Amino acid sequence: MLDDKDRTFTNLYGLHDWRLAGARQRGDWEGTRELVLKGRDWIIGEMKTSGLRGRGGAGFPTGLKWSFMPKSSPDGRPSYLVVNADESEPGTCKDRDILRHDPQKLIEGCLLAGVAMGASAGYIYVRGEFYNEAQRLQAAVDEAYEAGLIGRNACGSGYDFELYVHRGAGAYICGEETALLESLEGNKGQPRLKPPFPAACGLYGCPTTVNNVETIAVTPTILRRGGAWFAGLGRPNNTGTKVFCISGHVERPCNVEEAMGIPLRELIEKHCGGVRGGWDNLLAVIPGGSSVPVLPKSICDEILMDFDSLREVRSGLGTAAVIVMDKSTDIIKAIARLSRFYKHESCGQCTPCREGTGWMWRVMERMVKGQAEIEEIDMLLDVSTEIEGHTICALGDAAAWPVQGLIRHFRPVMEQRILAYKAAHQARAA
Amino acid sequence: MPKLKIDGIEVEVPPGTTVLQACEMLGIEVPRFCFHERLEIAGNCRMCLVEQEKAPKPIASCAMPAADNMVIHTNSPRARKARQGVMEFLLINHPLDCPICDQGGECDLQDQAMAYGFDRGRFRENKRAVKDKELGPLVKTTMTRCIHCTRCIRFATEIAGVEELGATGRGENMEVGTYVEKALTSELSGNIIDLCPVGALTSKPYAFTARSWELRKTESVDVLDAVGSNIRIDARGPQVMRVLPRLNEAVNEEWISDKTRFAYDGLLRQRLDRPYVRRDGKLVPATWDEAFQAIAARMQGLPGDRMAAIAGNLACVESMFALRMLMDGLGSPHRDCRQDGAAVDPSARAGYLFNTTIAGIEDADLCLLVGTDPRWEAPLVNARLRKRWRRGGFQVVRIGATTDTTYAVEELGNDPALLSAVADGSHPLAERLKAAKAPMLIVGMGAIRRADGAAVLAAARKVADTCGLVRDGWNGFNLLHTAAARVGGLDVGFVPASGGHGMGGILGAATTGEIGLVWLLGADEFDMARLGRAFVVYQGHHGDAGAHRADVVLPGAAYTEKDGLYVNMEGRVQEGRRAVFPPGEAREDWKILRAFSAVLGRPLPFDTLEELRRRIVSAHPALGRRDVAPAPWALFGVAGPIQARPFALPIADFYMTDPICRASTTMAECSDLYVRGDDARTGTHG
Repeated sequence: MLDDKDRTFTNLYGLHDWRLAGARQRGDWEGTRELVLKGRDWIIGEMKTSGLRGRGGAGFPTGLKWSFMPKSSPDGRPSYLVVNADESEPGTCKDRDILRHDPQKLIEGCLLAGVAMGASAGYIYVRGEFYNEAQRLQAAVDEAYEAGLIGRNACGSGYDFELYVHRGAGAYICGEETALLESLEGNKGQPRLKPPFPAACGLYGCPTTVNNVETIAVTPTILRRGGAWFAGLGRPNNTGTKVFCISGHVERPCNVEEAMGIPLRELIEKHCGGVRGGWDNLLAVIPGGSSVPVLPKSICDEILMDFDSLREVRSGLGTAAVIVMDKSTDIIKAIARLSRFYKHESCGQCTPCREGTGWMWRVMERMVKGQAEIEEIDMLLDVSTEIEGHTICALGDAAAWPVQGLIRHFRPVMEQRILAYKAAHQARAA
Repeated sequence: MPKLKIDGIEVEVPPGTTVLQACEMLGIEVPRFCFHERLEIAGNCRMCLVEQEKAPKPIASCAMPAADNMVIHTNSPRARKARQGVMEFLLINHPLDCPICDQGGECDLQDQAMAYGFDRGRFRENKRAVKDKELGPLVKTTMTRCIHCTRCIRFATEIAGVEELGATGRGENMEVGTYVEKALTSELSGNIIDLCPVGALTSKPYAFTARSWELRKTESVDVLDAVGSNIRIDARGPQVMRVLPRLNEAVNEEWISDKTRFAYDGLLRQRLDRPYVRRDGKLVPATWDEAFQAIAARMQGLPGDRMAAIAGNLACVESMFALRMLMDGLGSPHRDCRQDGAAVDPSARAGYLFNTTIAGIEDADLCLLVGTDPRWEAPLVNARLRKRWRRGGFQVVRIGATTDTTYAVEELGNDPALLSAVADGSHPLAERLKAAKAPMLIVGMGAIRRADGAAVLAAARKVADTCGLVRDGWNGFNLLHTAAARVGGLDVGFVPASGGHGMGGILGAATTGEIGLVWLLGADEFDMARLGRAFVVYQGHHGDAGAHRADVVLPGAAYTEKDGLYVNMEGRVQEGRRAVFPPGEAREDWKILRAFSAVLGRPLPFDTLEELRRRIVSAHPALGRRDVAPAPWALFGVAGPIQARPFALPIADFYMTDPICRASTTMAECSDLYVRGDDARTGTHG
């Protein structure tokens, strides 16, 4: 279990003052000026040492990502930092707590990340439904401006950095980084084609890096304590701490910061009071937010919670939103609900996702009742693979994976349901 | 120069080439729906997926820049599987109504489904239904068929410059439309019908009238404006069923205006299909012989200098040349092809051409418009100006009435004195023109169709001279004509011979009775009352103003019914071809003139079209070419005082500019909706 001294988010539960004064007492904005003055190369170097991987779901090494930003701008284009606070992945609620309880960590992180990528301005794109959170974040930004921590000559370092809070309108797809940029520019939120990648041509056609809230918010602590400290936590290539969001059939659902690579069972039993009705009552866990494949209990018994371990079992850490389902769950219905979510949130731009998500959802709805043929399970799997990897953004993949996970681990359940339906209806017909 | 390998063939392509373009260079066809060469890349249909070695996923070839050492497989099992998947998705919600779909037979989706579709469906759910959108009298929608390629949206936004189409809704509820239901207010709207790869957008006037494979296709040119758009006339039996654009990068690229596309139903109505002779004040049907005799009788004893000829806007070169020979033989010096009275100076070719050429607009960096609104006078010139403007580094300045051109125009005001000020260097624009790399000037008919037109033309010429618009390899002086026959008429000398009257003089002399006979070759666009008591011969194809005034009507052929040469505003000689025969007893115009000359006993010296054309070319070698040759810069225009009266625009109603349009119900609907209606579009009204 993570020692308290190694925690980054010391006000995750909002027990203390969220305002600037309180944040300073917890160590935020301590020596920021000196960190800024150490320059972008040092910051990127420390981030690379820390081994931090993006906390938005894809797990791309953060230091590497920042290093893609151009060092100079021969054509005069500014660089931008964009923070993705459009947290909409079902099951995920970590950024929300950072925004409302620890906003100064994020703001300080924005400045440091901005320095690291030579950005003149940062935009925090907050999910539309996070009305109160956006209000509080704006208040925190205002406080930081007032204290001279950001804006012109931020922290007295001589670096100019503007920070803006922007509210979205509540579309899941705007959490995809290029759709977010489109939305930020005032267009319909639809992902852009890549290449060009945002680091070359992002917001308003300028070099841009989009990072998750948690990624940015842990940055000041990493820089203060050193990349090596962060790298010493967790497992190699899966370093540091992570905020896990555990929901579903546990005694006490919660957000908790833990070291990467903690066993799933330990995570649930230590922090959440265990699975409702005991570990043996566990049916399955979705380990990383709605878009990663579900894992049956047999895998959950031993699995470690980090990027690489979960990938080995053909799932993923995603946003570390652990959705626990006990044996009272209708697993087919649960996945069908996710299919409906993706059908509803598909932007409609490209064919496989626009047409395929609706098709999968409709088949899934029949599967819930068992009103299908056994062969249609394979057809469903085939349809999901026709979506996967054929779309502009990853929403197509995200829609396909839950269904694939279901079929991979719970095919007998689906077959039984179909046979039961047939039996019931034949009996009635007879 | 990236070097990559496609299907085992090494190819080196220019930087910036996409994988799809590289495939095309090798002659490998990659299926696509959303990609279009002239539109921005959307990459949304996913039909062009190809396999790239070492890439985790198939790539969209339309959007992927070719890079060094790429290894691409366009027809591997993985690529085929990906496309089959996309095809299946496209078809699950596409109705199976091919038998009643106007796109049938020329549908991209149908064609690709043959290559990539399964022979049976796996989709057991209900298909999506989408409410049709009302886009006005030209474009019919069946939105259930839409595959969301967004070509129409991109065309409207990028090429046409009207941001009226867009997508609303999300996921499978995404719909293409105008959001607030309204007709598209673009003069190029018909092109979205061609762009639509399926039957979602089809032609409303053509709906359910023919199948594409029944049509006889004739390559021809359009005569409804002076652009000379290349068209394909599709006919069935004796009737023109539709008009489509034909690719010509130098002229219309692959677009045509709505007038060019939709005015064809006017070819069926108000037609002159037999000769008429006025007896007791009424036009009565007659035989060709009776009609010719009636004219010959009137000519008897009438000296040649009391006869005159006026050529209309749709006349072909051959008929004007033949009529000129006829009038020459009769000793008449009075003739004109400038029925609007525009002070076009026929003495130097460079003085009446669009010298920069339409494609040349793309090389310009500064453009001065004088008394013109290209959007309605020549929509495809306007589209080219917009294309150039979108690329950036191009400024358009105007002296004239303010209108919506679809691109930014710096309006100096509608004061003709400004032109003189630029010419003598006292206006700051003169310096900008001098400093520009490739400056151009476009003078509209509105600027020279006035009493002081010659002086305006001279002032424009002075601007060209003093500001360096004519340089080595660059001629920035342009006249924007509105009549297809105009340049051809000027080329064959259908202008007053020495001592002859021009348009104004002819009408003046006819009013006083000095001129006793006027031959109208399809001329309808002037006030017939000014012909006084003259004997009027109307040779043309529509019962319009000229025929109503005529004493003898000779039924001619419309542009779709004869082989004829037309010279567009650039001086480009193009050949129109016969798609159908003229109705009833109507005949090709050169034949009518040849036959009448025989009645007079002095037959014109040609018996076939080829002989006539040989004579034209030997008299006017410029008409022997089929491309554009730069015209030498020379003197033209007559300097003089310019009145302070603002320039008026030459076209009041884009949809009603000629006898064919005025006979067209489609054009009448457009005119009602766009020009006269409450929802009047402002383009022609300023």
